[in-house]
Amino acid sequence: MTLPQTVTAGSAFSVPTSGSGPAVLYIVGPDQALRRDVQLGNPVSIAAGDLYNAGEYLAIIVAGSSSSSGELEVTPAPHPDTLSFLATPSRVPVGLHNGINGAVYVFDAYHNLIVTPMPVSFELSGSSGPSQARTITTSHGVAWTEIDSASKQGSAKFIAQAGGIATTRVIDEVPGDPCGLTISAQPDGAKLRVQTALVRDCSGNPIPDGTIVTFTENYNGAQTTADVPIKKDIAQIDMPAYSGATISVASGVVAGNEIRWGGGR
Amino acid sequence: MKGILLAVVLFIATIGLLVIGTLSPIPTAVYYAGGKSLTRASSTPQDAVENLAVQIRQRSFGDAYGSLANRAEFTEPEFVQDLTGNTLSLRTFATLEDFETQPLHESADDAEMLLKLHWSTVVGPYETTRDLHVVRNGDRWAVDWPLVKAPHVPPQVIPVNYLRWDVIYSGAGDDWGAQDVQAPRIRIVDMRPVNRAEGVVVMGELLNEDIVPAFVGVRATLLSKSGSPIASEGAFDMISHTLLPKQVTPFLIRFPNVDLSQVGSIRMGPISVLVSASADPVVEIENQKYNLDPEASLTGQLSNQSGQTVNIAHVLSTFYDKNGQLVWVAGQYVDRALPPQTPVDFSVQVPEDLAKQISSERTIVATYSSGNSL
Repeated sequence: MTLPQTVTAGSAFSVPTSGSGPAVLYIVGPDQALRRDVQLGNPVSIAAGDLYNAGEYLAIIVAGSSSSSGELEVTPAPHPDTLSFLATPSRVPVGLHNGINGAVYVFDAYHNLIVTPMPVSFELSGSSGPSQARTITTSHGVAWTEIDSASKQGSAKFIAQAGGIATTRVIDEVPGDPCGLTISAQPDGAKLRVQTALVRDCSGNPIPDGTIVTFTENYNGAQTTADVPIKKDIAQIDMPAYSGATISVASGVVAGNEIRWGGGR
Repeated sequence: MKGILLAVVLFIATIGLLVIGTLSPIPTAVYYAGGKSLTRASSTPQDAVENLAVQIRQRSFGDAYGSLANRAEFTEPEFVQDLTGNTLSLRTFATLEDFETQPLHESADDAEMLLKLHWSTVVGPYETTRDLHVVRNGDRWAVDWPLVKAPHVPPQVIPVNYLRWDVIYSGAGDDWGAQDVQAPRIRIVDMRPVNRAEGVVVMGELLNEDIVPAFVGVRATLLSKSGSPIASEGAFDMISHTLLPKQVTPFLIRFPNVDLSQVGSIRMGPISVLVSASADPVVEIENQKYNLDPEASLTGQLSNQSGQTVNIAHVLSTFYDKNGQLVWVAGQYVDRALPPQTPVDFSVQVPEDLAKQISSERTIVATYSSGNSL
């Protein structure tokens, strides 16, 4: 039996044999085993797609009480078929240096990791601003990179491409913490309507609706508080109207301004 | 021989106890055997109040209502609603575990009594106190029940259009590496361990830094000076588990029977999971006042700004000293439901030994509404 040293995963090949009479050929490897009845002296044909898991295989040919064996390496196909693209996080604050990570695992048509070095291009393109692109060569089948998030919010397309195969992920670039949080107040019947100005981050992106803004009113040793979600870029609440009360605002760990209610102002 | 003697003694003792139990049973045994009730003649103000409390404990609301002196002033359903709540709330499923009575004043024809009712619920006990006026009617005494009428919310339409978040996760059939939604980013912004008589308490504050709602929890592990774990506990209900974007919750984790001197370090494990949630309801916490007397407590009112009744409200307060350092975290479930636009009182107790250190506080409310899984 004369075995080829290497075979590409999924490809057809033949194994020449010598001698005469019937025999059985076993090929055993990672997660796969083949058995073929052969006539010694004739080559054994292994059809395309029969041997597809990459790795080291042991071939044994048994004829009666005698046997011989050899080793065979099945290598991944050179052309990528699938890219497993891990892009994290799915949401990232805007303007974050190296805030987005992308890792690509390159597989052939039989899900074998292609370990030969191969260029992988990464491109991040948002709804505004220039796209960011770079090419990384795989090492042991993996290529990874870090990219800055854009300064404007929106959905960004993160595309990885290798050997004509492309995979896309969507990264939500979201506003950061509120910046310059300010409130104003005006009488509303017996109550005081307190509302924020448009709530934006330091890059001018509107803070998403549903973000909590905390209002606190202090008057004569008593306190009134409310956690209010932003709606249409502002948060507002009706609070008790006490002349001389101080009202402050905060969101998360960001504090805003404080106002003093003077009765009619 | 000794065995026969012991058997004879046990037989005679059993017969004797049966005779005593039959001729002079304790009231509880009579009640559970289907005999007369546990109440006795209301020949004193104390008896009248105790009888009423026993009937409430037995949930014999009809008998309790029938015994009241002022029952003409309200109906039996109103009386029952006063005790169990007019909508689903902690009161609905509360059990009266115990009660205390205390005479305040007594004359020939009337008396003032204090009735403390100790209720138990699935989230722990709570106590209600009623000042009762008891009046003499012939040779019997009867209670004037101080009915607290449930506030009536007038029929109206309250538009609510706050945001709601829904989540679609990746499916089981998706390939490895397929895109999924990230867990929300959360951060512990304050943490402090303190030594108490009952053990170590780890408390702090947790912030949802993300733009999506989070279901959060905190677990702490106490490590000895050699690095081996001593104990690991979670915050359980001493945290607001659903955090909207940029919302902050306090947390408190108890380690009974552990002394802080044994602890070398603490490993904190905050967890967050993306959940569907609603930004409604908004609950305003009005007139918060920190009181040193008679008991150190934070009192105030919860005002539900939405149009939906909040069935269970859990008030969580963080207390700070004058330097802004965390002193204590306390919580209290509100036994009544929060009707729309109607203030409901709450009171959060503070340990007496910490009371004088407290300079400011911050309070949030975790809510649950029936019929709304979010």
